[in-house]
Formats: sequence, structure tokens, C-alpha cells
Amino acid sequence: MMNRILVACAFAMLALPAMGQDATVSIKNFMFEPMNVEVSAGSTVTWQNNDEEPHTVTSEEGLFRSGGIDGGAKFSFRFEKPGVYKYVCSIHPQMVGTVTVK
Amino acid sequence: MTGKFTPTRRSALRCLAYGGAGTAFALAGGILTTFDVADAESPAANHLKPLFVQISDSHIGFNKDANPDVRGTFLRAIGLINRMPAQPRFVMHTGDITHLSKPEEFDTAAEIMKSLSAAEVHTVPGEHDVIDATGQGYMERYGKPSAGRGYYSFDSGGVHFVALVNVLNFKPGGLGALGSDQLSWLKADLAGRPVSQPIVVFAHMPLWTIYAPWGWGTADADAAMSFLRRFGSVTVLNGHIHQIVQKIEGSITFHTARATAYPQPRAGMADGPGPLKVPSDQLASMLGLTRVTAVRHRHAIALDDRTLG
Repeated sequence: MMNRILVACAFAMLALPAMGQDATVSIKNFMFEPMNVEVSAGSTVTWQNNDEEPHTVTSEEGLFRSGGIDGGAKFSFRFEKPGVYKYVCSIHPQMVGTVTVK
Repeated sequence: MTGKFTPTRRSALRCLAYGGAGTAFALAGGILTTFDVADAESPAANHLKPLFVQISDSHIGFNKDANPDVRGTFLRAIGLINRMPAQPRFVMHTGDITHLSKPEEFDTAAEIMKSLSAAEVHTVPGEHDVIDATGQGYMERYGKPSAGRGYYSFDSGGVHFVALVNVLNFKPGGLGALGSDQLSWLKADLAGRPVSQPIVVFAHMPLWTIYAPWGWGTADADAAMSFLRRFGSVTVLNGHIHQIVQKIEGSITFHTARATAYPQPRAGMADGPGPLKVPSDQLASMLGLTRVTAVRHRHAIALDDRTLG
């Protein structure tokens, strides 16, 4: 019974958006996964490029700009202020994502 | 070629593309026909002095499995040009010279291109050459002829050449773009030119939409085409997709070149447009360059694609 409750809790946690802690966004097959990530102010988001192709994480407002992240490399940025931050891969503009900071 | 190339309005554009397996086809007057490789390699075809040679997507700095030696394959492509019986007037690199826009990658590429026998080398930037989104590193090296804009035009052999930049105005979720400043410049550049003058346009990303989900197109290319449609012979040469795709629309022929670095999957045939891994003995047959010849006696421009192996 206890195990079931633990499993249920684990699923409940998975269902919640990543919040209040550092988050990781995987870049795979020319997509940001998850496309939308939610963190609390002061958290760090890390983008891990799992493609062989380089990508960038470039803020639409200019807040952060990774430069080229080669395949296998990563980029991190710490979000201090609440807001909705849209970003794009500047070399593959079909790749878009959002960081929401609460 | 000596003498001035003066084609007529009826100019046909002839395009030969042949791959490692010996497949070939010709485009003449907008009709796709098969073409014998033996003919393409006959002395009759080879004596023609190439107007220029297009190379593309050398991706210096790439080191993954799809091609661990992009420097070597770039050198092979240059060797192929240097061994052509008649040297082209110039060599055009249609972008993605480097993989990550790093200064040392630009230096290596420049060093390799120095070994070209051709007197002139022209370039347009690919998105990998302007990865910082400003293009500063590229413009420092290649921006001089265009006063730092990146786009420019010139005449050679009676043909008007236009080099465009469509990798600096990306829109989120969209395709490459030329932007209004460049379009105004293009309109003025073409205004007043006789319709009989052949026009060749270069840009890194395809100037027609091949596959939007992978960003294989240019959002405002139609505006550029509206200035070009009145000309009797327009050839649009792009790179970016690391494979040959062609289309003819009226008097405009679109053609993308193979890369010298690594192949990419056909549109929509993979999860994404990343490097395509092929058995190492097949790699050279999927890399190559495009040779462009003004065929004087036929009043035509001919393209032929050569593989590295």
C-alpha cells in the first residue's frame, strides 16, 4: 500500500511543471524538450544539446545568448526575475521555447 | 571563355547533375530529361571553360561521426577544382564555411581556400558563419566587398551575379529572410538591366520553400523573385540542405548544391535535419560541388554537379 502511495506521489510530481528548482531542457531532433519550462526566481536552467548539430539558446529580448552550443555541450542561465522569457535557436528558428519564472 | 557571352531571350538553361552512382539528368528549357553521364564527361562537355564553380557547406570545425575529416573532404573538393582542365573565373562558397563561427575555424577555412588556383573567391554567409547573430566574425573576413552588409553584386563573363544574405533576419518559428533593406537594394540593383542578361543569384538558404518544418526556405523570397521574373535566364544557387534539389519555374531555375562536409536526410525523411551518417565508403559520393558553364554556341548556362568520389 505504502509503495502504491509513493508511486502515486511520484506520478503526481511528474505531472507538475518543473518548479522551484533548477531545470534541464534537452535539445534533441531540433526541438527543445520540454518546450515550456517553469522555475522560481533564482533558479538555473541548463540546456543540454543531445543533437550532433550545434544549436543556440537566444532570448528574444536579448537577456541571454548562448552562442553556438556544439553537440554534446550545454549552456546554463540563472533567472533572477519573474517573467515569461521566449527564446529561439538563432540558427534553426523553427526551434522555439519559453522559460516562465514565477 | 573569351569574348562576351550574349545570350538571347530564348536562352535555355541546361543543367547536368550526376552522382556517384552514375545517375544523371538534364534540365533544358524547363523539361527534365535523362542524360548520359558519358556525354556529360565527353571532351565536348569538358572543353567548355567553366564560368564559375560553386562549393558549399564545408562546416570546418565539425568533428562528429557523419564526417570526422571535413578538412580533408574540403581539400578534396578544392583539388577537384584545381585539376579541372580549364580554370573557372571564380569560385563561390555559398556558406556554412565554418561550423561554429570560431575564429580558428575561419582561419583554417581561409588557409584551405588559399590553395584554390582560381583567381577570385566569393562567399555568402551561412547561419553557421553568423552563429552569434551579428555576423561580426564573418564580416571581418568577407564583408569588405559589401561594406559590411554581406550582400553585393558583380558582373563576369556577361552574366550578372547577385550574392544575397538570408541568414541574419531569422524570425522565430519561421524561415530565413532577406529583409526590407536588402530587397530594396536588390530591386535597385536589377532595375534597368536588359532582360537578355543572364542573372545568377546566390544565397545560403534555399530561396524557395523546400520544407518549412525544417526551416528549408526563405520567408520573403517571393518578393525577390518578383524582381527577377522579367529576365530570360535566372539561375538561383543555394546550399544549406547538403543535397541536390532542383525546381524550374518559368525562366527561373533553382538548384541546391551538395556539401563538402556531410550529407543531410531528404526533407521529412528523418526526425530532424541533422547530419546523415552513411557508410564511410559511400560518403564521397554524397559530397560534391557544382560547376557552371556558359555554353556559348547554345546560348545557355549549364550546371553540372560533381561528387568527391
